[in-house]
Amino acid sequence: MKRIENYEELKKLHELFSNKIKNAPCRILICAGTGCQAGGSAKIADRFHELAGDSQDISIEFAPEAAGHPVGVRRTGCHGFCEMGPLVRIEPQGILYTKVKPEDCDEIFEKTVKNGELIHRLIYKMDGAEYVKQEEIPFYAGQTRVVLKNCGHIDAEHIEEAIASGTYLALAQSLFEMSPDDVIQKILDSNLRGRGGGGFPAGKKWQQVARQPEKVRYVVCNGDEGDPGAFMDRSIMEGDPHKMIEGMIIAAYAVGAHEGYIYVRAEYPLAVKRLMLAIEQATEAGLLGENILGSGFNFTLHINRGAGAFVCGEGSALTASIEGKRGMPRVKPPRTVEQGLFEKPTVLNNVETFANVPMIIKNGADWFKGFGTAGSPGTKAFALTGSVKNTGLIEVPFGITPREIIFKIGGGIRNDKKFKAVQIGGPSGGCLTESQLDEPLDFDNVKKLGVIVGSGGLVVMDENTCMVEVARFFMEFTHRESCGKCVPCREGTLRMLEILERIVAGQGEMADLDKLETLSDLIINTALCGLGKSAPLPVVSTLNSFRDEYVAHIQDKKCPAHVCQKLKQYIIDKTKCKACSKCARGCPVQAIHGAPKTPYEIDQSKCIKCGACMSACPFKAIYVE
Amino acid sequence: MGVMKIDGYPVEFKDEPNVLSVIRKAGIDLPTLCYHSELSIYGACRLCNVEDDRGRIFASCSERPRDGMSIKTNTPRLVKYRRMIIELLLASHDRDCTSCVKSGDCDLQRLAHRLGVERVSYPAHKGHHPIDFSSPSIVRNPNKCILCGDCVRVCEGIQGVNAIDFSHRGTEAMVSPAFNKDIAKTDCVNCGQCRVVCPTGAISINTNIRPVWEALSDPNVKVIAQVAPAVRVAAGQAFGGERGENVMGKIVAALHRLGFDEVYDTTFGADMTILEESKEFLEIFEKGGPFPLFTSCCPAWVAFCEKRWPEFVPNISTSYSPLQMLGSVAREYFKDPAKNEGKKILSIAVMPCTAKKAEILREDLKRDGIQNVDYVITTEEMITMIKRAGIQFDRLESEAADMPFGMGSGGGVIFGNSGGVMEAALRTLCEGPERSAIEELRHSGVRGPGPLREFIFRYKGHEIKAAVVSGLAEANALLTRIKNGESFYHFVEVMACRRGCIMGGGQPVHAGVRTKEARKQGLYVSDVNTQIKKSNENPTALALYDTLIKGREHELLHSHRK
Amino acid sequence: MLDSSFYAKTDEILSRYPAQERSLIPIIHEVQETYNYIPVELLPYIAKKIGITETKAYSVASFYERFSFEPKGKYIIRVCDGTACHVRQSVPVLERLRSELGLSDKKHTTDDMLFTVETVSCLGACGLAPAMMVNDEVHPAMTPDKAAQLIKELREEAAK
Repeated sequence: MKRIENYEELKKLHELFSNKIKNAPCRILICAGTGCQAGGSAKIADRFHELAGDSQDISIEFAPEAAGHPVGVRRTGCHGFCEMGPLVRIEPQGILYTKVKPEDCDEIFEKTVKNGELIHRLIYKMDGAEYVKQEEIPFYAGQTRVVLKNCGHIDAEHIEEAIASGTYLALAQSLFEMSPDDVIQKILDSNLRGRGGGGFPAGKKWQQVARQPEKVRYVVCNGDEGDPGAFMDRSIMEGDPHKMIEGMIIAAYAVGAHEGYIYVRAEYPLAVKRLMLAIEQATEAGLLGENILGSGFNFTLHINRGAGAFVCGEGSALTASIEGKRGMPRVKPPRTVEQGLFEKPTVLNNVETFANVPMIIKNGADWFKGFGTAGSPGTKAFALTGSVKNTGLIEVPFGITPREIIFKIGGGIRNDKKFKAVQIGGPSGGCLTESQLDEPLDFDNVKKLGVIVGSGGLVVMDENTCMVEVARFFMEFTHRESCGKCVPCREGTLRMLEILERIVAGQGEMADLDKLETLSDLIINTALCGLGKSAPLPVVSTLNSFRDEYVAHIQDKKCPAHVCQKLKQYIIDKTKCKACSKCARGCPVQAIHGAPKTPYEIDQSKCIKCGACMSACPFKAIYVE
Repeated sequence: MGVMKIDGYPVEFKDEPNVLSVIRKAGIDLPTLCYHSELSIYGACRLCNVEDDRGRIFASCSERPRDGMSIKTNTPRLVKYRRMIIELLLASHDRDCTSCVKSGDCDLQRLAHRLGVERVSYPAHKGHHPIDFSSPSIVRNPNKCILCGDCVRVCEGIQGVNAIDFSHRGTEAMVSPAFNKDIAKTDCVNCGQCRVVCPTGAISINTNIRPVWEALSDPNVKVIAQVAPAVRVAAGQAFGGERGENVMGKIVAALHRLGFDEVYDTTFGADMTILEESKEFLEIFEKGGPFPLFTSCCPAWVAFCEKRWPEFVPNISTSYSPLQMLGSVAREYFKDPAKNEGKKILSIAVMPCTAKKAEILREDLKRDGIQNVDYVITTEEMITMIKRAGIQFDRLESEAADMPFGMGSGGGVIFGNSGGVMEAALRTLCEGPERSAIEELRHSGVRGPGPLREFIFRYKGHEIKAAVVSGLAEANALLTRIKNGESFYHFVEVMACRRGCIMGGGQPVHAGVRTKEARKQGLYVSDVNTQIKKSNENPTALALYDTLIKGREHELLHSHRK
Repeated sequence: MLDSSFYAKTDEILSRYPAQERSLIPIIHEVQETYNYIPVELLPYIAKKIGITETKAYSVASFYERFSFEPKGKYIIRVCDGTACHVRQSVPVLERLRSELGLSDKKHTTDDMLFTVETVSCLGACGLAPAMMVNDEVHPAMTPDKAAQLIKELREEAAK
């Protein structure tokens, strides 16, 4: 694309491109997010390309530049409804086909694209009802997609589509109609709070950076989404990279930075690829680099890949990693806004926060405050996963209740099991239980419940989840990811993990619960960084809400959810056993004995709970207690 | 500027960099394991936590003092947390305390006692890493490391060497060279500063006490010792003496009692170094280069230069260090059957320095493959020997060092301070009335605070541009400037350890600001109390030039370093 | 000893970055992508070129989970053990892979250098749990049997 010289040109291009899309007779949008790609969406897209290319009688071209690819077929970012992927959306009707296979393409093309016929087998159904249009599906109907608006609707690999959707207009507006202070004031007025976990007002951060005497400043985007069970930022980076880049440039303009960095997890190769492409295209279009849109403002953007360290999500660890150092948090002060990257004042926000910025500039602070609650305005993206029917990426206004999310958007618990808890905030968060399902989700209220919003992972757990095992799982994670710098986190998480491992193995003592509590108290109050301080929260929260499960493991040596391997008892139902000896032969430790024609028995003291006997038994005579 | 309340008492603060220093100024010894005022703030041990009015807990090492701040340092919560932290550290620590070299001097042990950690309720965890004995100077025992990072920060930040660093992370984290290879195969220059700051026995001196004991009890061996200037102002405190007190007389007496046949003073060697080095300098100065000439006394500096700045190696003076000077002439002296009485000579040097243990092994300092000095024992090792023998050091009467190598000038004795070598060398170039010239030199800038001092010395109408630097990171910066042409000097003194040998890697540890200052003053006072000020007026040294070393200066007094 | 092609390749990578400390991580990323691991000899070489000590380079490289000084297999299988995958039974998938390949939590790479099995905290494919990644490709909704089948297919692919 050729360089856009000024605001006027950008406006014209936006009009041109958006009209082309509006007037396109048909668009096929194939989800090419990580999830659907894993399901084979690349092949689907290829097939549609072939079909569209062959087709003579239907024009689905709308290429902004006449030559080039058959752009009616678009590979988009994540639609969020990963559960039902691969997803294909047909525009202008807004039809969503789910679980599409490459072999369905010809039929879709012949029937739907050419003749407008529906293919019922690919349409989403729930409780007997059919949902033709994407927006009508309960999963989407319950959401408020503002930040994720473009995700799944535009092709993230072509800047023309971003421009068509209005991206970079807010940047132009900032550059030509607002002073840097105006921008900061608007963000302050909107009370946009950081979406990465802490909820610190973004405008305040920017203001502090702008006030520093040091004139070299940086803008850094935290895309190191390390919380297990969270992929909001990945979806934005893959699905709408220009929006967050625009947010970063606006931030840079506001604080007077001329260089920026995006730190992305190395586990997100697709996000890295799309971001690199987006930066390249934006630079070519004159939206990044020297003299942006002829305004005289310069801003260059770099990408740094992480290398597998959760702790790099912490601000000072992240900047250390960009500097080529060990990703270890350092003591504060000085804070990142004073001395961040390369010891210069630094704006550090996460992907979702930056992606919110352009909309606030464009639509105003009051518009933004129209979403969410007074203290937590706007929307929040969550990754809804676990034992819920509809897993995927959702966006909802702050103040929504977990019940609405899980039972309306998420469609309830998978296999109609009983809800037990929802884990929020990843390894730094905790569990909300049945009685807390109607509490509004916002930064401050959630904090009162002893958990945090965090980056937005929501893992739903049903009656088959052992909460002690969940606590052990998170503790193993934080222990493995501890940078090892401060004593409470390094040694404390090790000892907590040891205790939890003992408990799930049936070797716990009641005194261990006190030990867990004292260690938690120590770590929460004395660890060096935020991640360390929050490491014990999953334990604290499960101890508060599910103490009886801990007690059952310790006193009765039982796992109420039948999850903990070492507490399982394999038992042979004597009425079903035919004494065929298959189980005994399959037992690796010779724990099963018997004689012909009498039922066999398992010696529990020898049993290593491997389950081999159970799968060996042809009569289903072995069960677990 | 402001006033804060500490445990209810108002305390004024001025330019203290953090709350911890204000607390310590107020007379409260808040425990720490990772805080050193000269190193960067690390904030890892979390022992210096304090509580504010609102019950918020924070590490005082990394908080700026604010006017009106009110903190408590000893609430039950804080005490509990500190105790737990020590307990957690002990649980992952090789608790072989009774037989640990650091026992009795270990910060972790001391804090465990002080904070009342009476039991460790977690299973022992630390894996068993092999102990690294590869270095002649230090021993690395990772099993005793508590990951405070002090050694890492001193090695990189102060010394600019970075031979060791953190590797891996979490509970796997350890301090090691790259790929955990032997420390001897790294850029380590043996300065031993890591060992000075190590709170536990994770890095200790590679001791040579045993062969010395053996020799002392062997009737067929004549054991001679030399004692470096810096040793005399650092040893006394271990026996209840004053900080920085010169206890050379008692050291001589103690060594005699331990069985050393002769006890010499390295100050004598220092005078010989000056005699040779100033000759060398004048030659170069008159020739017009190459500049600068670097001093050669500090083996850690020489090793650093060889490893990092090979292009500057030819600029290092070839004159022996004082230890080598004395070792070499003594070796020669005892070749005389009348002197050696038919016994084998074992030459020992008592040094403030761990790098000297490596220096004596250098090929370029050997003659016919024989070391000038057989073993170096550090001040710390000497103290251990005296204590082990049960000698009541404080009750000893002072004795004079043995002749002919028992006497040195004031110039020789200040060698132990940063700037001392330079000052001694320039003294020999002082013109005019001796007292006032020496006094003038003293105020020229050669003495003073700070790791780098630059000054000009006038000699026969010329200007000699001189620099004194201590700490290898600072030296590294200086070399960079010289290389880039940003700085020019004729003569540069480099000492690897900040403040010089008085703070060497073999000295007793736990030296605070007052001790450091007292050691420095101790040497300067010794200079004042010495009759002969200039090295080139040491009569016994001068006499050697007419006898033992006549015409053999290069053979006996210079390195064959290429 | 590495042959000179390793150094030539490394020089080519080095030429794309400024000779500064901050280039270390991107450079060793690329080296690892080229060889599947970081040959030990290359680290001091890179360190010297960008003006840091070998100790520092090792200190940084060993901090990050992703960097390896051990050669890895042709197929690097990263089994996600994020929360969502964990609650949807990722552990049996991992165990099956290990038993199929004779690997354990200590031994990650098969002797024929074909497979490396590791766990990863989260692939961000939580909607498709349990997920795993083979080199750069995500495989969704795994089961132990699917994992075994995949190993079979990859073996056949490699044999070609």
